Amino acid sequence: MATELERFRDEVREWLELNCPASMRTPMVDSEIPWGGRNAKFPNPDTKLWLDRMIEKGWTVPTWPEQYGGAGLSIEQAQVLEQEMEKINARTPLFSMGIFMLGPVLLELGTEEQKQRFLPDIARGKRRWCQGYSEPGAGSDLASLSTKAELRGDHYLINGSKIWNSEADQSDWIFCLVRTDFDAPKHKGISFLLFDLDSPGVDRQPIKLISGSSVFCQTFFDDVKVPAENLVGEENAGWSIAKRLLQYERQNVGKHLNKSFDIKLWDLAKKYSSSADGQIEPDLRSRIARQAIQDGALGLLIERLEREADNPNAGSMSSVMKVAMADINLQRGELAIEAMGAAGLGWQGDEFPEEALGEVRVWLRGKANSIEGGTSEVNLNIIAKRILGLPDPQH
Amino acid sequence: MNLDRESQQIFQDSARDWVLNSAPISHFRHQRDSQPYVSGRELWQEQVELGWPGIMVPEELGGSGLGMQELSLVIEQMGRSLTASPLLSTGLIAVSALSLCEQTDFSRSRLTSIASGELTVALATEEGNHHAPHCVSATARQHEGQWLLNGRKIRVADANSADAFLVSAKIEASDQLGVFLLPAEGVSVTPLAIFDSREHGNISFDAIAVPEQALLVARDSSTSLLDQILDRARIGLAVEMLGSANAAFEMTLDYLKIREQFGQLIGSFQALQHRAAKMYIELELARSVVDAALLAVDEGSTEIPLLASQAKALVGDTLNHITNETIQLHGGIGMTDEHDAGLFIKRARVTEYLYGSSAFHRDRYARLRGF
Ligand SMILES: Cc1cc2nc3c(=O)[nH]c(=O)nc-3n(C[C@H](O)[C@H](O)[C@H](O)COP(=O)(O)OP(=O)(O)OC[C@H]3O[C@@H](n4cnc5c(N)ncnc54)[C@H](O)[C@@H]3O)c2cc1C
Repeated sequence: MATELERFRDEVREWLELNCPASMRTPMVDSEIPWGGRNAKFPNPDTKLWLDRMIEKGWTVPTWPEQYGGAGLSIEQAQVLEQEMEKINARTPLFSMGIFMLGPVLLELGTEEQKQRFLPDIARGKRRWCQGYSEPGAGSDLASLSTKAELRGDHYLINGSKIWNSEADQSDWIFCLVRTDFDAPKHKGISFLLFDLDSPGVDRQPIKLISGSSVFCQTFFDDVKVPAENLVGEENAGWSIAKRLLQYERQNVGKHLNKSFDIKLWDLAKKYSSSADGQIEPDLRSRIARQAIQDGALGLLIERLEREADNPNAGSMSSVMKVAMADINLQRGELAIEAMGAAGLGWQGDEFPEEALGEVRVWLRGKANSIEGGTSEVNLNIIAKRILGLPDPQH
Repeated sequence: MNLDRESQQIFQDSARDWVLNSAPISHFRHQRDSQPYVSGRELWQEQVELGWPGIMVPEELGGSGLGMQELSLVIEQMGRSLTASPLLSTGLIAVSALSLCEQTDFSRSRLTSIASGELTVALATEEGNHHAPHCVSATARQHEGQWLLNGRKIRVADANSADAFLVSAKIEASDQLGVFLLPAEGVSVTPLAIFDSREHGNISFDAIAVPEQALLVARDSSTSLLDQILDRARIGLAVEMLGSANAAFEMTLDYLKIREQFGQLIGSFQALQHRAAKMYIELELARSVVDAALLAVDEGSTEIPLLASQAKALVGDTLNHITNETIQLHGGIGMTDEHDAGLFIKRARVTEYLYGSSAFHRDRYARLRGF
């Protein structure tokens, strides 16, 4: 068995060596992130080449079955692929909420027709998805959402609004939680719908973040018509789908961010230290080490959880990963700013190194890591209740 | 001289009224959105009319002859409202420098100009990425009864509109560091776009001549004048930071009392109550340290260096924590540019860095205590 995996490793290595363009082995730059979608842009043609080659192998979604655009790899094989890509610093060929959020849920809970209709397009980056969960009045208490969907013959009519929808203005479709029964208890009247954001009646208003960019939107729905066949699961049974998707989201956000930083804190600290020989103040050095220790531990936890597929708390463990990731990443942001000193205070302009300006935006954007995908508080509540079995408060 | 409690209260109330009316956060936001950077000069004349630049200037030189405790009542209100003003640089730091030095016609005339609002001064001591006030490459050379100053300083607060700079320079042919008052004419200033949106710049000066008396010489030579000035800067800045921390905390506390989730106010969740209570404890500790540092300055205590480092380190940690919690406890809305949480965290990290980070001051504190 081990030898078979080693043979696979050799194949992967060889293929990557031949097929991963040189510019795809450099740290990702913001303008080149391959989001896919109807309006996908490839300022660097290598991004497209790399994506096409990976699509052909089924390696944008390596563990998905072949008929849906994947390669049918086992978890172990997928890990090998990941490790070999990491070794040559290969960029992720496709970024998408379709891949790590919607796709896994459709694989588990979609109809065969839905799988065929949506999954291959996700694998090939043809459709860019965004998440329509939160509402102004329903954040942590997501189940109290009130965007309304009424069945009118062959379609639903949607009215209401969602908020904080990341990249909604750049996306093609939305997976959206709607209320289909206003009389049932709040968890029992929610449905999970997929629809095109170009539908008449959809209005997307970008909202600016503290980091200066507008990654999220408030999205308004005014009599938006959605074909009834775009309902995933049963009507009014959307809550469990919603939660399942959140588990995938939390788990993957944890995993993803854990690996996403190309510039290591330590190198940054040395580079911006005041002393000629790159000496770091012992206090800062110690805190950087603590962050690195925790970051390393999270990586090991993720690997361990992937091995222990039978962990009885598997679902809720996504909350453990998410909270740990957020904490580690928030530390990273603060330490990066501190380590750069005066150079790390810049907002824009030639007086500051580009990398330092980038770190500032990352630090500010990163503050959301403990909010998006469910706040750390909400995830701690889940851990306390679901894993630790602690009782609810008595009123 | 210090005011009695009652008069201090009146003083504080008038500062609060001015800030709320003339310089609320919305004013700062508006300036930020309409200009390359927010200059403290815009509202300076009003502050001059209120007599604030001269609070610490002796009465015979046109000031009020009060202490740092009184000035801090104003600075704290400004910190609450993120008011951009040269008051800290000029009314506190420069006035301290010009008062702590041997009095000359030069120093007296500059104090008079500050009190009358004709002179603003920026403190220019940093040269590297990290606070290291004793590593100075700028130089001062004696030449025909004048000083010739050469060098560059980075990230100088209020640089772009300052009329003069307090610069540190190595005195040639000695191992001494001197503090000089350098007029802005001839100094080249490169404005910087820093994330707190305030006025900051890099400056350089190339063989600029200043009179002999522009070298400020400490009256009390037991510690260097530069350190004496910096300690007052640190304490003054800690006051501003405390104001900001309190305002961010109160904004958060208010939100806990209005935002509902799960059919109840989020402030009713014990997990969040404890977070708020912890911040409150931190703020109480921070105020105690800041008060003690201010008193030490006004009494001329030998504990000033220790208290300055204690205050800057502790308030820095407090502000860091509170500004992070402010975003977190507001959830998504706290991440938006439209909300004030972002303005607070951006100003906070700049002040945490200025005149030495918490880490710098922990280290200095340990050294001063002989650890
Ligand atoms: C950058 C960013 C991107 C996002 N992207 C998306 C997206 O693509 N799609 C989407 O649908 N949503 C998205 N969100 C929204 C996100 O999921 C919500 O912001 C989050 O769930 C919190 O909801 P809220 O903002 O309403 O805060 P609230 O729920 O009002 O929370 C306010 C504070 O109260 C705390 N709190 C609430 N309930 C409890 C409790 N029971 N116990 C203890 N503490 C509690 C919270 O943890 C938080 O600190 C995004 C958010 C951000 C910041």
